[in-house]
Amino acid sequence: MPKAERVFRTEAIVLRRQDIGEADRLLLLLTPDHGKFRAVAHGTRKPAARKTGHVELFTLVDMLIRRRGEWYVVAQAETKNAFLLLREDLVRNTYANHLAELLDRFTSDQDSSRAEFDLLARALGWLCEDLDPRTAARYYEIRLLALAGFAPSLHYCSVGQEPLEPQDQFFSVADGGVICPDHYFEQAHGMPISLTALKVLRHMQTQPWDAIKALHINTPLHLELERLTLAYITYLLEQRLQSVEFLRRLRREEL
Amino acid sequence: MSKAVPLPVTRLIEALSRLPGIGPKSASRLTYYLLRAPDELSHTLAEALSELKSQTRYCSVCYNITEEDPCAICADTQRDSTQVVVVEEPLDVLAVERTGAFQGRYHVLHGALSPVEGIGPEDLKIGELVRRVQQGGILEIIIATNPGVEGDATAMYLQRQLTPLGVKVTRLARGLPTGGDLEYVDSVTLLRALQGRHEM
Repeated sequence: MPKAERVFRTEAIVLRRQDIGEADRLLLLLTPDHGKFRAVAHGTRKPAARKTGHVELFTLVDMLIRRRGEWYVVAQAETKNAFLLLREDLVRNTYANHLAELLDRFTSDQDSSRAEFDLLARALGWLCEDLDPRTAARYYEIRLLALAGFAPSLHYCSVGQEPLEPQDQFFSVADGGVICPDHYFEQAHGMPISLTALKVLRHMQTQPWDAIKALHINTPLHLELERLTLAYITYLLEQRLQSVEFLRRLRREEL
Repeated sequence: MSKAVPLPVTRLIEALSRLPGIGPKSASRLTYYLLRAPDELSHTLAEALSELKSQTRYCSVCYNITEEDPCAICADTQRDSTQVVVVEEPLDVLAVERTGAFQGRYHVLHGALSPVEGIGPEDLKIGELVRRVQQGGILEIIIATNPGVEGDATAMYLQRQLTPLGVKVTRLARGLPTGGDLEYVDSVTLLRALQGRHEM
């Protein structure tokens, strides 16, 4: 929630937007120091308005925000990074939707922080790199889960707390991480996780992006990582993600 | 709402509040204006609202709003049926018609793709467009979705669906708006304008 100043300058990422009034838009903004809040961008549906091109979805913008009563109004906007490739590639565009949707679901107006802003700003840049966007999406998910306090347990059995042996294991969304085969057979819930997938997830929890993007992740491993992280996220959020449904549709249509 | 407010007044305020861009205060102002205005205005408005739904439908060809099916544009044999402009909303048809420069036909999607809002292809008239192209006779699809992230995503999705059908797929040019100042133009628009420059 923005601080009490009447006017303040901030960086912002446009997470969502909706048309309101004659030619205005209501933006959901993520900012480093003021959290997540809604602001009106007057006249931005008119092509000749000065702010029009600067308040697009998933754009990093330098903004001047003015408070008018209960409303926040975008007084000035200047694009810092338009993440152009996201406008030219449907799959990357949909992954950008996925990142924004996750951030919106995992944060409330009060608790979003600079770390979450920095993560999203960097992740939108990763999606524009010449790499499989699934790597950036999984890395972002693991990092966001940690920031939200839901980092999966990947080094110790989530049930017995004993260190995990270097072998194929099981992943329990209800227990918040990996469980060893012994506890899996006792509890009979969880899904298999290969040792390779476990190593990649551990790597993602601890290593910087430059180390992650050097990894060679084949398609079956991508699918396994996606199945694990999305199952965990869906369990935590207690609802399906809209953007994931669309990604699956695109994948089906490509086959 | 207070019990001092008569039920018909409350009902109209609540109904108007559900319209986009109208909050409770605007709804109250409109309602009390109608109360003070001559009866004729209320009757005309009520009649128009009633006819809006009962006497209009979607054109079975282009999915624009129409009184007759097919609509006047689809029924006009003088228009070029080989070119189809694809727009998001019925009002966009009027905008293109105002130019007077296009003599082809239209297809109205009734929205744009927005994965984050859960609006997928099945929520739009995309399947209908694909079937229309498959029936033959269309040589060019001109995508005129709005030049924003949702419009771009919709355009890219349409291109994936339509190009394999052998039809030419084009998109409206993008660039500097008339009357705008170059210094305020965002980098993406300026880039598109540079890419789309033409010899004078």
